[in-house]
Parts: sequence; C-alpha cells; structure tokens
Amino acid sequence: MYAFDFERPTTLADAVAALSKDEAQALGGGQTLIPTLKQRLASPSALVSLTGIADMKGICTSDDGALCIGGGTTHATVAREAADSFPALSDLAGNIGDPAVRNRGTIGGSLANNDPAACYPSAALATAATLVTNSRSIGADDYFQGMFTTALEEGEIVTEVRFPIPEKAAYMKFEQPASRFAMVGVFMAKYTDGVRVAVTGASEEGVFRWTEAETALSANFSGDSLSGVSLSGEGMITDLHGSGDYRAHLVGVMTRRAVAAAR
Amino acid sequence: MPKDSGIGAPSKRREDVRFLTGAGNYTDDINVHGQAYVHFLRSDVAHGTINSINTDAAAAMSGVIRIFTGVDFEGVGGLPCGWQVTDRFGEAMQEPGHPVLAQGKVRHVGDPIAAIVADSLEEARNAAEAIELDITELPAVVDMKAALEDGATKVHDDLTSNLCYDWGFVEDNRDAVDDAIKNAAHVTTLELVNQRLVANPMEPRVAVGDYSRANDESTLYTTSQNPHVIRLLMGAFVLGIPEHKLRVVAPDVGGGFGTKIFHYAEEAFCTFAAKACNRPVKWTASRSEAFMSDAHGRDHVTKIELALDVDNNFTALRTETYANMGAYLSTFAPSVPTWLHGTLMAGNYKTPLIYVNVKAVFTNTVPVDAYRGAGRPEATFQLERVVDKAARELGVDPIALRRQNFITEFPYATPVAVEYDTGDYEATMVKLEEIADISGFAARRAESEKHGKLRGFGVNCYIEACGIAPSNLVGQLGARAGLYDAATVRVNATGSISVMVGAHSHGQGHETSFPQVVAEMLGIDEGMIDIVHGDSSKIPFGMGTYGSRSIAVCGSAMVRATEKIIAKAKKIAAHLLEAAEADIELKDGQFSVAGTDKSVAWGDVTLAAYVPHNYPLEDIEPGLEETAFYDPANFTYPAGAYACEVEVDPETGQVTVDRFVAADDFGNIINPMIVSGQVHGGLAQGIGQALLENCAYDENGQLLSASYMDYAMPRADDVPFYEVDHSAQTPCTHNPLGVKGCGEAGAIGSPPTIINAVIDALHSGGYDVTHIDMPASPSRVWAAMNAVK
Repeated sequence: MYAFDFERPTTLADAVAALSKDEAQALGGGQTLIPTLKQRLASPSALVSLTGIADMKGICTSDDGALCIGGGTTHATVAREAADSFPALSDLAGNIGDPAVRNRGTIGGSLANNDPAACYPSAALATAATLVTNSRSIGADDYFQGMFTTALEEGEIVTEVRFPIPEKAAYMKFEQPASRFAMVGVFMAKYTDGVRVAVTGASEEGVFRWTEAETALSANFSGDSLSGVSLSGEGMITDLHGSGDYRAHLVGVMTRRAVAAAR
Repeated sequence: MPKDSGIGAPSKRREDVRFLTGAGNYTDDINVHGQAYVHFLRSDVAHGTINSINTDAAAAMSGVIRIFTGVDFEGVGGLPCGWQVTDRFGEAMQEPGHPVLAQGKVRHVGDPIAAIVADSLEEARNAAEAIELDITELPAVVDMKAALEDGATKVHDDLTSNLCYDWGFVEDNRDAVDDAIKNAAHVTTLELVNQRLVANPMEPRVAVGDYSRANDESTLYTTSQNPHVIRLLMGAFVLGIPEHKLRVVAPDVGGGFGTKIFHYAEEAFCTFAAKACNRPVKWTASRSEAFMSDAHGRDHVTKIELALDVDNNFTALRTETYANMGAYLSTFAPSVPTWLHGTLMAGNYKTPLIYVNVKAVFTNTVPVDAYRGAGRPEATFQLERVVDKAARELGVDPIALRRQNFITEFPYATPVAVEYDTGDYEATMVKLEEIADISGFAARRAESEKHGKLRGFGVNCYIEACGIAPSNLVGQLGARAGLYDAATVRVNATGSISVMVGAHSHGQGHETSFPQVVAEMLGIDEGMIDIVHGDSSKIPFGMGTYGSRSIAVCGSAMVRATEKIIAKAKKIAAHLLEAAEADIELKDGQFSVAGTDKSVAWGDVTLAAYVPHNYPLEDIEPGLEETAFYDPANFTYPAGAYACEVEVDPETGQVTVDRFVAADDFGNIINPMIVSGQVHGGLAQGIGQALLENCAYDENGQLLSASYMDYAMPRADDVPFYEVDHSAQTPCTHNPLGVKGCGEAGAIGSPPTIINAVIDALHSGGYDVTHIDMPASPSRVWAAMNAVK
C-alpha cells in the first residue's frame, strides 16, 4: 500500500469538497478498493471515507412506494431490513460474499464500482432504479455504461438508490467456483406494465438487460415462454471457469429459475 | 467401551487449545531484535534472458540496507535435488542448476531476480519498484509434449533437451506387457490429466535468518516439515555452514501438505543475508507469492491401458505418463512420478504384468513436487478410473470386477517391485457395502430424479505405500538421504517425560498421539509426557514428517527408546526392591516383584536415577534418557474402499457431493479421533481436486489461477458429512506398533471415487460420457454432456 491522506467527513458537503482534490478517491466499504491498494494497483492521494455520513445510511419507503436505500448502507443491513418489503433484494444482499464482506460493503460502493460480476447492478437495472447522487438523479438505464464504467462524474457520490418495488421478483445467482462472485446472476422483476430481466456476471460489457426474455415474459409470465428465446455466447465472458456459450446457456437457466422462484 | 487413555483412546488434541485461542507460535510470530525485512523482486515473465539489473537508484532509497542479485550467490551452491532417478537406458537424469537468485535467465513467473533488504517491508517494496530490469523475453515452454519436440525452446540451455528422464518400470517387463495387451480379450484405454494443484496451507511460508557474530552461529526459523533435512541441505550443499554452527527451528506450522518439505531459496537467502548484512532478516510470503513460489503438486498427463481376459481377470497394465517438473528440480521432485507412483500401479489387484513409463519434463512453470499423497493419488486415479471404465465397457458391476481381481494372499510381491506385507481388501469392501447402503441407492436416485437431478454412485479402492522408507532400498533407488527417524526419551527426576522426536507436527496431532504410546508402555498418565519437535538444537537427527511416516517410523523409534528406558528402569527397580531383574514387572506405573506384594512406583525409580544414593552405580549410569533410531524394514500399505454419491444438475453441470463413505485399513490405531480427522482433511483435499482446484497456465506461461479469485479451494459447504470407518485392521507386520499411517489416504482415494460417481450420474441421464478431467467443474460437466448429446 502506498501512503495516502485519509479523511472521514460527517456531511455530504464535506465529502464532496474533500473529493474535489486531485487524485482523491471515495472509500465506501472498501471491499474492492482496499485489496487494490494492498496490491499497489492504485495510488490515490487521499481516501475520503463515506462511512461517517449518517444521512447516507438506512432504508425507508418513499411516498410513491419505492424502497430508498442510503448509498452507505451495508449489504447486511439491506438483507435484514428489506426482507419484508423487497425479499428478492434482501436475498441478493444476503448472499453477497461472506459475513465480513456484507458487514462492510455498501450498496453505493458496489454500484459506483460496477464490477461486471457484482450482484447489485442487476437489481438496479431490472427494477429501473433511480440512483441519486450529490448533484442529480440518474435512471439505471442511463447509469450503467459497461464494465467498471458508470455515468458518475469525477467526485460524484451515490447517496441513495430508489427501487420501485415489483409485484414479484427473484435473483438467481450461479457462482463462479473460486471467487463465488456471480458467474451469471439474473434479476427478474415483474411489474404491472411488464417484466424486466437484468443479467450480471456474463457479459464483457457488464450488466445488461435481456430484452428478448423481457418481451416473452411480459406476454406470458411463465418459464415456458422462454423456450423459444436464447442468448448467443458472442460477447459473453470466456475464462478459466467457463466459455461464453456456457454463460449464455446459464442465463437462460437462471432466468427460468427466477421466474419459478419469483415472489 | 473406548479406552480413555493410552493406545486406542480418542484423547482430545491438547495442542488445539493454543491453536484455537491464538496462542500458537508460528514462524511469523517470531521477531528477532533488530530484524530487517526482505522483499523478493520476482519475474513477471515465464522465460527470459536477464541483460542487466540496475539497482543504483533503488539502493539509495530510504531504509534500504542492501540489494542482492544472482551475482551475490555465484560463490554459493545451488538448491540441491535430493533424489537422482536413473532412466530406462541406465543413464542419470538431467539435473539443472537451481540458483538461489536467478543467474542469467528467469525460468518461471515468480522466479526471484533480486532481494531487497530494508528496515521495513514497505521500504523494501518501494525500492523493488525502482530496480531497472532489462529482460529479453523468450518463448515460454508450457505444454509438456510440445516441450519434447525437436527444436523446442530449452528451459535450460546447458541440458540436451527438456527431458529430465524417460523412466521405464519394470523395464524388463516391457515386451511381455506389450504382448499381453496385444493378445488380450479386452483392452480398456483411457487418456487423462491429473491436474496441477497448489497446496495452499493456511499459513504461507516464512523464513527468519539470524546470525550471531559472537559465536559464528546461524539460526533459521522456517515453516518446515523437517528442520533437520533443511539444515543438512542448506548447510552442506548451499551455504557451506557446518551443522554445529547452524540451527534450524520449525515452530508451530500451519499446514504443510508436502509443500513445506522442500528446501527453498528464501530460506537460504535469509540465512545468507543475515550474516552478510549482520542483521536478522525476515520474509513472509504473501498469498500471491505462495501461488508462484510454493512447489506445486500433481500435473501428470497419462495414457493407461488395462488388459483383461475372457473371464474379466486383469492380465496386464501399461501406462505412459508425462510428468511436469516445472523449471527446476525441487527437493524430491524426481521421486514422485517414479518410485512413489510406478510402484503403486498394482493397486489392490493381482495384475501379473505391469509396465510404467514416465517422461519427466522441464517447463517454464513453478517447480512441481510432493503434495499430499505424492505420486500415489496419480497412480490410484488412473488405475481406478480405467477399472471403472472397463466395468462399464464390459457391462459388469464395478464392485464385482474389483473384488474378482483383489489380491487375497499376503505377503504379496507385486510386479512393480514392492511387497505388501498385509492387507484385507475384502474386509474394507464389506465394511463399505454395509455403511454405503447400496441397496437403498435406487430409491435415492429416484428421489433425485424427481427434483431434476442425476444421482451417481462411485466406488474406488486404493492402496498406498507409507512409512517412508527403508534407507538401503531408497538408496538403491536414487535417494540422496536416509529415511529413518529418531527419538530421545528423556525421563525427568520426578517422572515426567520429554520425548524429542524427529517427526514434525503441522496439524497431525503428534503432541497428543505420541504421548499416548509412551503412556501405554509405561502405564502412566498421558499428561506426564510432552513431545519436543521442530528444533534441530533440541531433537535428534530425524527426517521429519511426510509420506504418512510419523507414527510408523518415528513412533517406532520412540517405542524402541522407551523399551530401553523400561529395561534400565527395571534394573533400578530390581536394586531398590532387592530382587532379580528378571522378576520385575511393570504395570500401571508400578514396578513389582513377580509373585509378591513388593513394588516401587515409577516416580521412585526415576528419582533414584537422578538422586542415585541407593543405586547400582557399579552396573549402570545414573540418569534415565535413551535415544533410538529406527529404519523401517518395508513400506507400510494402508488400503481401503471408498464410495460416494453425487448429484449432477443437468441444466448447469453443477456436481454436489451428497454422501461420502470411507472404509480404511490403517492397521493398529493410536488415536481414532485424530485418524478420523486426518481422513476428513484428506477427503476435503481430494474433493477439492476432483471438483474445484485447478492451477492453470496460459500458453505464455502466465499463471491464470494466481489467487483465490480464480483458484477454487474447497469450502465447508462443498463437502458432505463424511462416514468414515477404520475398524477393518490388519496390523503392519514389521513395525512394533503395527501401524500403517493415515495422513494421505483421503486425498488418494477420493478423486477417482468422485469422478466415477459423476460418470455414473451422467450415464443414468443417458449421457454416454466416458471421462471428465478434473476438476469436474460445472462448465466441464456441461461441455461433456453437450459433446455426447
């Protein structure tokens, strides 16, 4: 780890100010950033911890019925507190990493990092969530822009995520055997006006919507409706753990299972 | 009723109190006053010529004490290889040099190029980034068969090729085996890979070198399974330090699995640098360094052919194996694919003709050496896979085919040069059948199918050679060391006992099981006895722990030393009791005169030995301390039968191990709880190999599985609750305890069991898959199913 300055502001305004300095880096739960620093793969001048900002923590329901989760809320908190209001999201959060990861890692950190195998991006995209930052609101369809790439500007902080709660939803994850990140993760969310399906882990472009499946499921919400729909292995990740074709196949399997498990 | 102490008692592991409460003393816990830290700058290319190393800027940086490169070690020996294999033509293997720091070339990713000694680790790492390296990358040699083609790039320019040796065993059987296969009623052929593994002990390797100018003595604290072997190799062959000036300490060690047997460059470096810098020098491997510098295991590519007659009797077996040595010869690497592998190819079967060919190959990869089982898992995997494939081809029950070919009479001389002293393969198979509830399998399969899963049953037998090894025999086979062990039993004045042993405990529970033996022999409480291990200045010259040898070899030495103690104690007791020595009996810690009520207690005798006021000084010396060395007459041959049931998800290829039954014959057992634990651990590692672990390189020699993000270790939820049994016991005939060893069995017997079950599951779903290479990961199982759809 290279030397860096460390700040832990208690207000959003102070955090934004601290992040305006050259080469300053926001630190959420640190579950990606700290290992990166330890391997000397990053050398920020300053780390600005967001864990001291009380306003960024916690879960509530908005007037329009959306579940609003502070950007600094840990996975463990989401798993616990969203269990009744949004069980699919609670399941997702409760199966990220291990207890240590879940008690440090935050939803804002995960979405800002946009790891192509992270779980949360699929939930945000499948629910057309709104990502609220210190300066604006961004719709999930505009937010995710490819592996480790988002609409966030330099120094912009995800302060809250607003999830429209679906009628039914499920998250199905097939784990990569070593890391247990999602090799394929499918978040399926059914609303009155249609079904959205978002896939993480599989694509070289990061999280994506499987629109053919959405169309089929919106017309007929059953696993059978997917029988004529398939995904190409083209553009899917091929690595030690599986080919693009295998991942494409798993997307179909996990989507069917998500439909069956939806509640 | 199980006993509550002594031999056969499930005594609780006393060492676990300190391990589980954070009170262990591991090498990284050792900090020597004034110590400096070393960081190794390692090659990030697999193969290259070092044109220059400019350390000027780095040497001037804050905290840097000295930077070493290969030139600093030109006057020093290289890391020695402890075993010389002779090839099929009677020639010695090709043996390249293995410098402590790279000289002229780098030969694998992770090869150490420079070592930066600094006041702190961070300063050493900062300086490493300022070293200017000029390396011309060369084509990497990765694939073993390509490495042996004419014109292949050579890993070592001074060798004639990348072939270490071409070994035939038994060479005289070659033609007869060829004929038998040509004329067989049926031949089953299988090509397979036994993949490369990383041992991954929980504790990474650590070395602390210290030098005393006051008495010109060097001390190395290191994570080793055999401190005396390290002292001998490093002192005599690398650094030229006489034994009496070199102390090697291996304190608590957090798992070895073979990978901590070997002498490593970092140990020699820290010892050397401590003197050169006149500062203690400490190195602790990061997990990333462990992946690219700990000796790897396995890595065989094999073709095996099994010949059977019309009655399904095995008539001949022929194998051809390519064994990866990596870039250099690690300490015992040449012995693993040969003497620890070819000699096991008979397995549990009376196959009359066997020929084993092994071509050991140099590649630009991390050196490969012994890993839990070492050669025996490779032998068992190919044999038991080909037997299972034969059963399927012939349409016979896999258990019946095995049973029909079992060796049933002992001693049994195999066609691969070893003699099994004892065994009863039928007994372990019967145990297995009882526990596995084979008759209930059909119902369990039907239940799985209801849930869309394919259930498979796999069975497997194994034999292994443990208690390594008769020194005169291994000497003929090329070992450059003896393989006896030693123990000193030091009885203290008040009767407590310290036993100094050459064996080293790094998870095996010796601190509990060894005292059980002495307690049994003397009839005293186990708590009066401690063992001392892991410090060359305290223990006799023993060879350490590997090859499931500790209780069979070192335990036998301890028995011999304790017998000497008893003999002397009886003389003392006879004097105290004014009786004839021949009339003295020892029972429950009391020496008594046969047929009388006269007795003295153990403590009275030990006190007399050290306060010899009333003592036969004219006949015997005071004190009560004896040493014995024990050299085994033969290997020991644990054996067993394993079964498992797996479920395969046909939609994803995911394999789940639902049940695992292990019926082992370990001979006599000192502590059944520890034995079960050893089997459990071995099974977890074997299941890891079968389903999860894979050390993979790309074609450029880059390590693809260089961290836990890509190297899949088994976790608790990957393994089932095991059902283990070791009640079928045929005691070893040639050691005093009748013990055989249990440390490696689980890792040897489980991989083929799992793969046999996966193949069975797939067949039940109509997938005619004949083999899947390990690990049978979801993607591989899915691909295999697709290939036959």
